[in-house]
Amino acid sequence: MINKILKKRILIPDKVSELTIYAPHISRKARPGNFVVLRLSAKGERIPLTIADKDPESGTIVIVYLVLGKTSALLDTFDAGDTILDLCGPLGKPTEIKKQGEVCCVGGGTGIAAMHHIAKGNNESGNEVVSVIGARSRDLLLFKPELEKISSRVLVATDDGTMGHKGFVTEVLEKYLQKSSSVKEVVAVGPVPMMKAVAKVTKPFNVKTMVSLNSIMVDGIGMCGACRVSVGGETRFACVDGPEFDASQVDFDELMMRLGAFRDQEKLSMELFQKSRVS
Amino acid sequence: MTKKSKTKVNPRVRMPMLDPLERGRIFSEVALGYQVQDAVSEAKRCLQCKKPTCQKGCPVEVDCKSFIRLVAEEDFQEAFRVIKDTNSLPAICGRVCPQENQCEGTCKLRPTGQPIAIGRLERFVADNFYAHNSCEEETGFMECVLPDENLKVAALGSGPSSLTLAGFLSARGIKVTVFEALHEPGGVLVYGIPEFRLPKSVVKREVESLKHLGVDFKCNFVGGMTVTLKDLFAEGYRAVFVGVGAGLPRFMGLEGENLVGVYSANEYLTRVNLMHAYRFPEFDTPVPKGDKVVVIGGGNVAMDSARTALRLGSSSVKVVYRRTKGEMPARREELEHALDEGVELEILASPISFYGDENQNLRRVLLQKMELGQPDSSGRRRPVPIEGQTFELETDLVIMAVGTGANKVLTQTTPELKLNKHGNIEVDPATGETNLPMVFAGGDIVTGAATVVEAMGAGRLAAKEILKRLKSV
Repeated sequence: MINKILKKRILIPDKVSELTIYAPHISRKARPGNFVVLRLSAKGERIPLTIADKDPESGTIVIVYLVLGKTSALLDTFDAGDTILDLCGPLGKPTEIKKQGEVCCVGGGTGIAAMHHIAKGNNESGNEVVSVIGARSRDLLLFKPELEKISSRVLVATDDGTMGHKGFVTEVLEKYLQKSSSVKEVVAVGPVPMMKAVAKVTKPFNVKTMVSLNSIMVDGIGMCGACRVSVGGETRFACVDGPEFDASQVDFDELMMRLGAFRDQEKLSMELFQKSRVS
Repeated sequence: MTKKSKTKVNPRVRMPMLDPLERGRIFSEVALGYQVQDAVSEAKRCLQCKKPTCQKGCPVEVDCKSFIRLVAEEDFQEAFRVIKDTNSLPAICGRVCPQENQCEGTCKLRPTGQPIAIGRLERFVADNFYAHNSCEEETGFMECVLPDENLKVAALGSGPSSLTLAGFLSARGIKVTVFEALHEPGGVLVYGIPEFRLPKSVVKREVESLKHLGVDFKCNFVGGMTVTLKDLFAEGYRAVFVGVGAGLPRFMGLEGENLVGVYSANEYLTRVNLMHAYRFPEFDTPVPKGDKVVVIGGGNVAMDSARTALRLGSSSVKVVYRRTKGEMPARREELEHALDEGVELEILASPISFYGDENQNLRRVLLQKMELGQPDSSGRRRPVPIEGQTFELETDLVIMAVGTGANKVLTQTTPELKLNKHGNIEVDPATGETNLPMVFAGGDIVTGAATVVEAMGAGRLAAKEILKRLKSV
């Protein structure tokens, strides 16, 4: 059945899980960088989630979510066999991938999952992929084995030093760029402060740097402008002009501010949801 | 039937309305509709002109004279059949058409200021029919032709143009599948026009009646992304109609326009209408609530936004428009309703910039005073800034209702489709066909933002042409 969850893999208990969903119409069109919008109930909201992988042969797509608000918390109660009410995609412009040599793919937190699809696309196009991934602790590092299969090297940073470099991914990235002059492009997906820091780190190296933005969206098809972002001083829509933009041109502070637009309502929704789960 | 009298014309029968003070805070439909006696009295005022002009004033050519005569004779069933012959969405048109520029604008009684209330009568006939008849009969056709599964046509988008096309073709034996990107069919009728003006149940009813005619609806399918024109022809569709609308909201490129607190009307209305945010937290989608709301624009969307803001509890709602009240493109009735409910106008003014506090919360808008200069290409007098004259309004919520552009999701993945410089699809005005054979287009994606019934006219034009081509093979 369409939109049915075939498999659930818990990556970090109560926080991050991976769902394999049967959606052949989306799977056959999905390309790296695309996202879907989903809605779980008749009273539910629409949220965007990046497509982390796809398998057109089995007609499936893979999404990875972090429990952040009510909808992701509700999604976390879903299991294999359950069906997503509305699943729409693929959306957004796909990553522009051309054969060019060495590409550095940077992922932070749940962003590693979204980055994985882009890294895989680069690998399939014959580029050499160097993955740079970071999380708070080694237990929170996602997709490392998958990335090892498609990358020439996987460099790791953890905040607590339980694996790899103790510190931020940007420190690892900077060191790598100092060492290797053959990097043609850097692609980064993760929390806004991380993407902002990546833009700062790559600037002196003059290497093309793309970031995938996670703005608030309602429809995901260019109709509302909730996802608007200033890029090079111009207003662009992350859903139809992006979600990937030239990092050096993005106004990250504005993006951060706009992501907080509904903080109070999101908190209230989550509290009511948790209360209803207890009772 | 009354004879035309030079001395006195009976006034139009009044439309019962909810009280403005009561309704201004709730989302129930404002105009309550004619009762049987109201409708019959109004219909009897019709002169039954030998050469009626009203039909020509209607983009879908409703035979107004005949259906009004049938209402006067109390044959409502037959009146419905007459309307439905050319108009597949009568309950919607009766509510949202700008009749003053169309059928009623060409009525012979127009010069008296009391034209026949054709829109109200159309709405009455449709509502009356739906109230008394079962779903199967809703199509208005006594014998439905079962659609031929081999003659398949696809429509992308499920707004008024596609719905009209689907109704026309399926009633004539052609199988239509409508692909909608959102999770509910109806397009602008569902995400754009508020409940108090067009109840969602009315749209649902029209969609249900199309399903009974054999039309298939596929939601969550994005034209150009989930499914391309090439895919559709490969799947055996013989023609494709593109009716994806003018969904892309315009901004003005002003300082502070991306502050939290400045929203496009599309976002504001989509949250409230499609996502039911006015019932947050029962529904998950939140909506910004402003105390002092400023709406920029003077069209129907501006009126819808302003009236929605009132209903969400704002203490003041000001509509800022750069020309004067007389030039406002909004339907007269909507403007009057808005004013009755307490919306204020700030005319001859245009925003320059928006300012927030230290936490980036919107606090005020700086406005430029304008005056009217020479007429521009639209025939309306052009607004010109009065140098040095600016003023500020305090506000915590600004809604930008300054128009929409062509939705580019389909067109940017279909580069072979010919567009004009605004990004709208070019079509042959006689057939609705694009530069690609058997690909038709209509509605706002062709014309830029226009009215529901004009989109329906375009759907009807393309449907007629498609029928001719498919049935002659």
